[in-house]
Amino acid sequence: MGYFLQQLINGVTLGMIYGLVAIGYTMVYGILGMINFAHGEIYMIGAFISILGFILVGLAGITAVPLALIIVLTATMIFTAAYGWSVERVAYRPLRQAPRLAPLISAIGMSIFLQNYVQLSQGAQVKTLPPFIEGGVVLLRDADFAVRISYVQLLIWLLTLVLMAGFAWIIGRTALGRAQRACAEDRVMASLVGINVDRTISLTFVLGAALAAVAGTMVTLYYGVVDFFIGFLAGIKAFTAAVLGGIGSLPGAMLGGLILGLVEAFWSAYFTTEYKDVAAFTILVLVLIFRPTGLLGRPEVEKV
Amino acid sequence: MSAAHLSGGAPPLLNVEHLSMRFGGLLAVDDLSFQAGAREITAIIGPNGAGKTTVFNCITGFYRPDVGRVTLNTDRGPRYLERLEGFRIARAGVVRTFQNIRLFANMSVLENLLVAQHNHLMRASLFSIAGLLGWCRYRRAEKAAVALACRWLERIGLMDKADWDAGRLAYGDQRRLEIARAMCAQPKLLCLDEPAAGLNPRESMALSELLQSLRDEEGIALLLIEHDMGVVMQISQHIIVLDYGRKIAEGSPRAIRSDAAVIRAYLGENGTQPLPPEVMEDVGQS
Repeated sequence: MGYFLQQLINGVTLGMIYGLVAIGYTMVYGILGMINFAHGEIYMIGAFISILGFILVGLAGITAVPLALIIVLTATMIFTAAYGWSVERVAYRPLRQAPRLAPLISAIGMSIFLQNYVQLSQGAQVKTLPPFIEGGVVLLRDADFAVRISYVQLLIWLLTLVLMAGFAWIIGRTALGRAQRACAEDRVMASLVGINVDRTISLTFVLGAALAAVAGTMVTLYYGVVDFFIGFLAGIKAFTAAVLGGIGSLPGAMLGGLILGLVEAFWSAYFTTEYKDVAAFTILVLVLIFRPTGLLGRPEVEKV
Repeated sequence: MSAAHLSGGAPPLLNVEHLSMRFGGLLAVDDLSFQAGAREITAIIGPNGAGKTTVFNCITGFYRPDVGRVTLNTDRGPRYLERLEGFRIARAGVVRTFQNIRLFANMSVLENLLVAQHNHLMRASLFSIAGLLGWCRYRRAEKAAVALACRWLERIGLMDKADWDAGRLAYGDQRRLEIARAMCAQPKLLCLDEPAAGLNPRESMALSELLQSLRDEEGIALLLIEHDMGVVMQISQHIIVLDYGRKIAEGSPRAIRSDAAVIRAYLGENGTQPLPPEVMEDVGQS
């Protein structure tokens, strides 16, 4: 029982990180109808920037954990968002009128470029961050097993929930969100009522990248290791989560992320850790075969 | 003929000069010049394939005309529409509707009207960054936007369906919502592509009244493509007749009714034969 609960906690944590990244995929798909395969790399860049941030904050002598966290998170979101914006500007906007295959190839190219850019500029070695937030709360003590939720996990849960609520509000209630939904439905008509479609698309990339930046920072805090290749696997898994939840659907992305996180956690716990990626991608294949629209992705579902 | 077309004083709201548009071997619009005055309803009529919608597409930035200039004279000087991007044309004050309705079907009726006020809102919210912080100026702008939307909902009688998805509305309601959405973008010139298509006589009548009230109460100009001659003859001040992309006649409804070239264009070359009564009625010569 205790073991099960512990895996549940770990799975939800992992799932929330996948969900944050998956939102970036699903939003871009909703508005442009393309998969932004460079999004995983944006997440990886977010993780790198956060490590730099933590080091700089440490050098500056800021030791108060909440203050340091706020500074690093804000800076990471801003710089990563700038990367997201640039990727759209350089690799996708010139291809707006091109056939759909062109931006897809451009996305893969961008992904490879960003990986190599980070590898060359930061080196290929694994970067580590000493534990920044330590400790946790013991929730339950079995005979021989203590169910524990660490402060980092609590932080991830809290931050994800806050961001999701804020995000639902932006999409549902603000002018920007309405413009995004309008562009997702009919880009031409949106421009005819005066919406600057290019800017709306840019802001979509900026928002997606900012969420990926938070996910990157959280992973840095959670695992403490980052290298230039983490974006690939995380990206594909978040993409799986987006497809599982129904690509184009925001609640679907979060749900898909949670399910994927739980499957991975339980698979590693009860079967073999080596095969957890196999489990994750088996889900992708099964969903694509049996329910291509995903769990929440009906054609008329609200999408961005 | 209305005064605005003859008076040499203020420039007309919309001035189309020597517009030409070619698709491969087809000259869809051929050296077309016309004007649309402020606070007037100008109708473009003509047989199917005469190039009416192409003219609209050139004015609203769908197509780049091969030749010609489209000038919108605004308070802040002339705007050359043929050079502007689509959303800038809307911001300059030209908004259009479509022959086949293009609402945001998965958004609510109210949201359709709010989305059209995007510009004003975004300016107030400093592109939504301040909107995120719930800044009070954004709140006020949002409130004003909702108020304007509600005024239009009231006016087109859809207040009780404000929360419906626009795609679920009845056809006639969708038509009126599309016009209301265009009005929420606060245009100076509203271009309507066959607004009466598919409406029953009672709905057409209500539409005529709505369009006249837009002209008289909102003070905007309307440019209209329409096949329903009853509507055209009743509400427009100025009619332009196209055939094979060329202007074959122009003038007041009364002048157009008796124009020989117009009747020939609608009925073919041997228009000397007496017209059957239902056709006479259709071209407004009852």
